[in-house]
Amino acid sequence: MSALDNVIIPKKELPANVVRLGWILTLAGLALAVLSYMTDANRAAFNNVIGFTFLASIAVGAVFFIALEYIAGAVWTTPFRRVLEFLGMLLIPTLLMAIPLFFKLHDVYHWTHADAVATDKILQAKAPYLNEMSFMTRFVIFMVLWLAFYFIFRQNSLKQDGNKDQKLTKKNIALAAAFIPVLAISISLFSIDWLMSLEPHWFSTMFGVYYFTGTILTALAVTTYFVVSLSQKGYFFKGINENHYYSFGALMFGLLSFWAYIAFSQFMLIWYANLPEENFWYIERWQHGWEYVSIAITLIHFWIPYFMLVSRPSKMNPANLKRMAALLVFAHFLDLYWLVMPTYNNAPVFGYHELAFPVLCIGLIIVFFALQAKRFNLVPVGDPKLQRGIDFHL
Amino acid sequence: MEKKLYSINAIYHTPNDIIRAAKAVRDAGYTKFDVHTPYPVHGLDGAMGLKETKLGFVTLAAGILGAVGMISFASWVAVVDYPQVIGGKPYWSWPAFVPVTYEIAVLLAVLGTVGAMIAFFFKFPNTSHPLHDTPYMKKVSSDKFGVTIQAEDPQFDEKKVRDLLKTTGGEVEEVHYTEEFLTFKPNTFEPKFLLLLAGIALATSAGGYLYFNKVLYLPPFDWMVEQPRFDVQSTTDLFDDGLTMRLPVEGTIARGFMPYPYTLGAKADSVGKLLVNPVVKTAASLDLGKRKYLTYCSPCHGNFGSGDSRMNGQFPNPPTLHSDKVRTWPDGAIFHTITVGQNVMPGYQYQLSREERWAVVNYIRTLQRAYNAKESDLQ
Ligand code: HEC
Repeated sequence: MSALDNVIIPKKELPANVVRLGWILTLAGLALAVLSYMTDANRAAFNNVIGFTFLASIAVGAVFFIALEYIAGAVWTTPFRRVLEFLGMLLIPTLLMAIPLFFKLHDVYHWTHADAVATDKILQAKAPYLNEMSFMTRFVIFMVLWLAFYFIFRQNSLKQDGNKDQKLTKKNIALAAAFIPVLAISISLFSIDWLMSLEPHWFSTMFGVYYFTGTILTALAVTTYFVVSLSQKGYFFKGINENHYYSFGALMFGLLSFWAYIAFSQFMLIWYANLPEENFWYIERWQHGWEYVSIAITLIHFWIPYFMLVSRPSKMNPANLKRMAALLVFAHFLDLYWLVMPTYNNAPVFGYHELAFPVLCIGLIIVFFALQAKRFNLVPVGDPKLQRGIDFHL
Repeated sequence: MEKKLYSINAIYHTPNDIIRAAKAVRDAGYTKFDVHTPYPVHGLDGAMGLKETKLGFVTLAAGILGAVGMISFASWVAVVDYPQVIGGKPYWSWPAFVPVTYEIAVLLAVLGTVGAMIAFFFKFPNTSHPLHDTPYMKKVSSDKFGVTIQAEDPQFDEKKVRDLLKTTGGEVEEVHYTEEFLTFKPNTFEPKFLLLLAGIALATSAGGYLYFNKVLYLPPFDWMVEQPRFDVQSTTDLFDDGLTMRLPVEGTIARGFMPYPYTLGAKADSVGKLLVNPVVKTAASLDLGKRKYLTYCSPCHGNFGSGDSRMNGQFPNPPTLHSDKVRTWPDGAIFHTITVGQNVMPGYQYQLSREERWAVVNYIRTLQRAYNAKESDLQ
């Protein structure tokens, strides 16, 4: 262990100015959100959906990667797993952010109107699933499951810092095996509930995967951003090398390609079959200015990062990784905007209403990270795989 | 035969040893050396000081060629060579080309990479190498790790090399070769080899034939093939005449079926005089006629009946329906043509019901009227 003590850097508190920025953004975002709710509550609620699903993406995606590391026996992520464990804590603000929405369900979700359902055969057929009672029940179940799994993962991992007990890793592996199928189902239904049902007549069997892909890609991008910028400032351990960077880059590259594959497949099947019951969803997103947003998403969610990450050296270049990670996080936000807002307005809108939630989310990410970094080790020092992770070679 | 020294090798037992040895050999300044391991060892390329391979560029070029080639080919087919309206979309519906473009790009990229590797790196068709069939190769391809320093290295000095390899903890050995071994070319047309090839060809085709035609239909794989029913155009001993297909009882017709009394031999214009068009030209019936016309007739006679379809220029040319002949024909003559056909044009009595045929006739009349509109029609 003495060898490890030499390489691991005990520094863990984030620089004061970053923390300050985090608080400022959080408070500013909160103020804007409140203002937005007071001036135009409907618009605020739609933006709230975006912010809520965005934060959920990062939190749940982080828990997914924790599980993935355990179940795949990955070693290169071990030195950075704490970042994921900190990000998972965002489940708490995610939960809080859902609360205002429960008061605005009627303004956001058409299917909650009993009179609309009464005259609508399609909604009647969907009513056994799409009704407020089961919607809320599902939400509670998902949240409880996610939080429970997250806290057990985290608790085991933190305990290991002290007692270096290898059995805890075994426990987490078993937990991960249970979590992955739970996640697959819950995140699909979650996206159907909160995003797809905005357009209750529309359906796509790929929607769950679509949101899931964006989710894990965003969680990875946020993690990458933290890892790269913190290790540039001398956090984590000595000797983070291009093999680590390359792995982040390659995984990001793979996932963004997967996102493009899913996004295109969903589009192409609907475009080709051209059935009125499905295609209107894309038609809405191809007129009144939404077409520019659609094109912009293909560019910043796929083409630009694809070419910026395709070569081997570009995956090892920390500055490039950081830029692309930031771009992909923004891309996911824009993607959610594109999924949600056409229901609010048939042309894209942008104002301080739209700024409130991204600002709030970024603030929350920084603040939650900083608060935990203060209390816990930034590197899981008791993990048996840590040494191999630090020495990691492609 | 004169034996030359090819290289001095060392054998190691663990991947860590081989990485250390590779580093040592490289640090000593040797350039003509290589490392062999039974499986890919991470970090070896760095230890050996290998530069990044250029093979990636071949992959890129082949991939781009595949993508550009495929999208051009698909566009050419869909727009120039065989334009077809599919699902009401424009000819050049590029999203439909994306999957195949992607697949061909990946395929060519892979083939290009493998091909370039064989051609440039393995120097095909050269198949001999002094290390082939040596005890050294046997070891490093099962469970040992080896370094070889070639005699042609400018720094090569037997004693120094041996000392270096010994200090890294390897078991040192030498590999010799003869000029003959290197220039050896297997005789491709050796009878034994050809016989083997022929044998393989015979065995695979016989096996394929038996499998796909016989084994696949042996019980229990014949669940759906053998069914307790009579197939059309086969024999049975159930009926006296031994045929499975039965004629309708004489003097009867199926419900709702109106037999058509005239046959292919009857002349259209004389039959036409005997038939009366029972269908009134309503918007609904004209619309039905239009849809049936576009489905069944337009591929040959063109969308507006002027004989300008893709079949134009084929023999025999589907004629225009705006000829004086057809325009002056009685409705019944057109009906007769649709029902029984005319020369190479098939009859449509099984595809179109009686009402539908009359509706098509009315629609053709509308087209004819539109093509030869009178002054009064415009007012
Ligand atoms: C497979 C191509 C094909 C299709 C489909 C087809 N026709 Fe024809 N049709 C022909 C050809 C070829 C002739 C000329 C036959 C001959 O040599 O006399 C013809 C002749 C005719 C004639 C007689 C024209 C004349 O000048 O002798 C009429 C009327 C006609 N078709 C109507 C129809 C209608 C109505 C339909 C749709 C129900 C139809 N055809 C579908 C190929 C076609």
